[in-house]
Amino acid sequence: MCLAVPAEVIEVLEGELAMVDVGGAKTKVSLSLVDGVGVGDYVLVHAGFAIETIDEEEARKTIELIEELERLEGTR
Amino acid sequence: MKYVDEFRSPGVVKALAEKTKRLSGGHASYMEVCGTHTMAISRSGLRELLAPEVELISGPGCPVCVTSDRDIDRAIAIASLPDVTMTTFGDMMKVPGSEGSLADAQARGADVRVVYSPLDSLQVAGETDRRVVFLGVGFETTAPTVAATILQAAAQNVDNFYVLSLHKLVPPALRALASQDDFRIDGFLLPGHVSAIIGSDVYNFLPEEYGIPCAIAGFEPADIMEAVYLLAVMEKPEVRTEYARAVRPGGNPKALLVMRRVFEPVDVEWRGLFTIPGSGLALRPELSSMDAGKWEVELPEPKPRAACRCGDILLGRIKPFDCPLFAGACTPDEPVGPCMVSSEGTCASYYLYSGEAD
Amino acid sequence: MKLVTMAHGGGGTRMQELLSQTVFPLLGGSATDAEDAAVLDLEAGRVAFTTDSFVVRPLFFPGGDIGKLAVCGTVNDLAMRGAKPLYLSLGLIIEEGLPFETLEQALTSVAEWAGRAGVRVVAGDTKVVERGKADGLFINTAGVGVVPEGRDVSITGARKGDALIINGYIGDHGVAVMTEREGFRFESGVVSDCAPLNVLTEAMFAAGKVGAMRDATRGGLGAVLKEMAAASGAAIEIEEGSLPIRDGVRAVCELLGFDPLYIANEGKLVASVPSGDENAVLEAMRSVEEGRDSVTIGRVIDGKPGEVVMVTKLGSRRLIRMPSGEQLPRIC
Repeated sequence: MCLAVPAEVIEVLEGELAMVDVGGAKTKVSLSLVDGVGVGDYVLVHAGFAIETIDEEEARKTIELIEELERLEGTR
Repeated sequence: MKYVDEFRSPGVVKALAEKTKRLSGGHASYMEVCGTHTMAISRSGLRELLAPEVELISGPGCPVCVTSDRDIDRAIAIASLPDVTMTTFGDMMKVPGSEGSLADAQARGADVRVVYSPLDSLQVAGETDRRVVFLGVGFETTAPTVAATILQAAAQNVDNFYVLSLHKLVPPALRALASQDDFRIDGFLLPGHVSAIIGSDVYNFLPEEYGIPCAIAGFEPADIMEAVYLLAVMEKPEVRTEYARAVRPGGNPKALLVMRRVFEPVDVEWRGLFTIPGSGLALRPELSSMDAGKWEVELPEPKPRAACRCGDILLGRIKPFDCPLFAGACTPDEPVGPCMVSSEGTCASYYLYSGEAD
Repeated sequence: MKLVTMAHGGGGTRMQELLSQTVFPLLGGSATDAEDAAVLDLEAGRVAFTTDSFVVRPLFFPGGDIGKLAVCGTVNDLAMRGAKPLYLSLGLIIEEGLPFETLEQALTSVAEWAGRAGVRVVAGDTKVVERGKADGLFINTAGVGVVPEGRDVSITGARKGDALIINGYIGDHGVAVMTEREGFRFESGVVSDCAPLNVLTEAMFAAGKVGAMRDATRGGLGAVLKEMAAASGAAIEIEEGSLPIRDGVRAVCELLGFDPLYIANEGKLVASVPSGDENAVLEAMRSVEEGRDSVTIGRVIDGKPGEVVMVTKLGSRRLIRMPSGEQLPRIC
């Protein structure tokens, strides 16, 4: 079961909940499976829960890496 | 969409495909074990970009696909009880058991509702006197969400909420696959979201005990292609994480804790395969009051499925079009085995997105 | 709160009350001289005739309701054959217990949109069924229009070389309705695209030739392309990159595992237009509100009859199939 989508936390609510923005759609998710999440953080949303936080530093590194590979390949 | 669009760049994907093909040494085949990967690969035509040097094979990665006939029969029997409202993810509605699917049961009068989240099911329980059962299907990505819901139900003293757990675990299945005599694969493409929960360390036994290279992949085309590339360049077998933005070596400890508070591993049958030890999840004894799996229900006679080749397809031994039923007696509209039923099943993906059926 | 009861469908005084106090005031006409049938004077020509039923749940959704749907759906079926829509019939099947206020809102919508589309509701029927036998309200319609001389628009009319044009964003209606249903609580800002398309189609016919046309309702754009390819014995190729999809629709599809290609629309048409007329027709479409975002999404090509292929953003080719049924939200 793998359909999970990155979403930005736009509001932290009572009861371990948060309002998140999935690039154009807002929904409420449970934060009971993650820790230390604040507004502006990115989380993976699956079945109404945030199942993990997205490490933005790692994301940036992966993006840079694949773009670098593309450059080296020279087929841009 | 942030953290999605950046990983869909056509230039990047094609460049990685070219590099991977050159590094493959003539031929390499990698197995992905996540239905969502199967779907993503088919939808983006990634197989085409890698052929013929690199082949991507679909393994038993569809939790819906590997649900046994018996388990579906049990779900239908429970759903058909007069005071029960069965809630389920949409994926399960059309899975055939011995005598039809949940959708068929619904047509016969069973109260079955599709929900997006187990929390929605809990909400339904709060709004009715009926017994509300949630059909828990999925790997480690989903099991913690169901576990968290069960804990919430217990904390809120909801006495009409139950779960029928058909959850399964990925690492035991991988071990069962790798132990097969005829299992020859150049590497595993591992499921990114399952790994977000369980981490990357748990897969170390695959390179260490079986010499199989592994790469944990995200789900966008560039993620998948990058992970395949990592497999191709690997000098000695190890576990590499392409999906580092979501996967840590130890996974998500909080989610794992929640899962372990509610579930314990049990031996279960994987459809088309065999019983895999410790590969299923059952509610712990202290939560048995919420366990719909403990209910006594009458089940129909099991249906023999001799012609169905799902098992061989799941093990990567044959392709969908090698099965005599594919696209003839077995189609998305009239599925025989789960490989065709689930929208992400191997055969359904091939049927929908590839040209092979024509 | 005043509710509709079985007696309101009984043919007696209660029903007369319903008609004279609710239906006729909103739709026009009068209870005293209501006839068994409307006799219509139609200009000479071919008569286009269609029927449709509306069972949408929920009855009210962002961008519309069952009343608006009923008018637009019927008008559009006529417009897709090149007809000028003229008259509608309206059959109501009301579930016992429906609040009068709900019925009035739906009929107000019918009246409003019939007016906007330039059609008249000239015949109707009312039945009330027991609680549980209808989702609040079912509506059945029939529509009559006239096809001007020389116009020949048919689903079989797509020809090699034609441009395939759509009048705007796909997936809006399906997502708007889905997110109103309990259990799928997403604020997407997506609003149904439900709209009458007859003004748009007239602009198109004035600008050039339209070979084949169909509105993309259930089954979405994907189903229409397959139907058009099969009926015309043609092969179709579309560009994934050219498909207009709103962010909100994309986001909800990602969350629920839907393919926007197969999601319902209620204000979208796909037209197969000879390449020589492509620019003129596009320009004419963009001058009309319902066609502002019109775009060419593909072409009818040399290929296997009935085959629809989508060239993905990665440059690979993906075979498009007929959807097998309702898309269900998935998490896998």
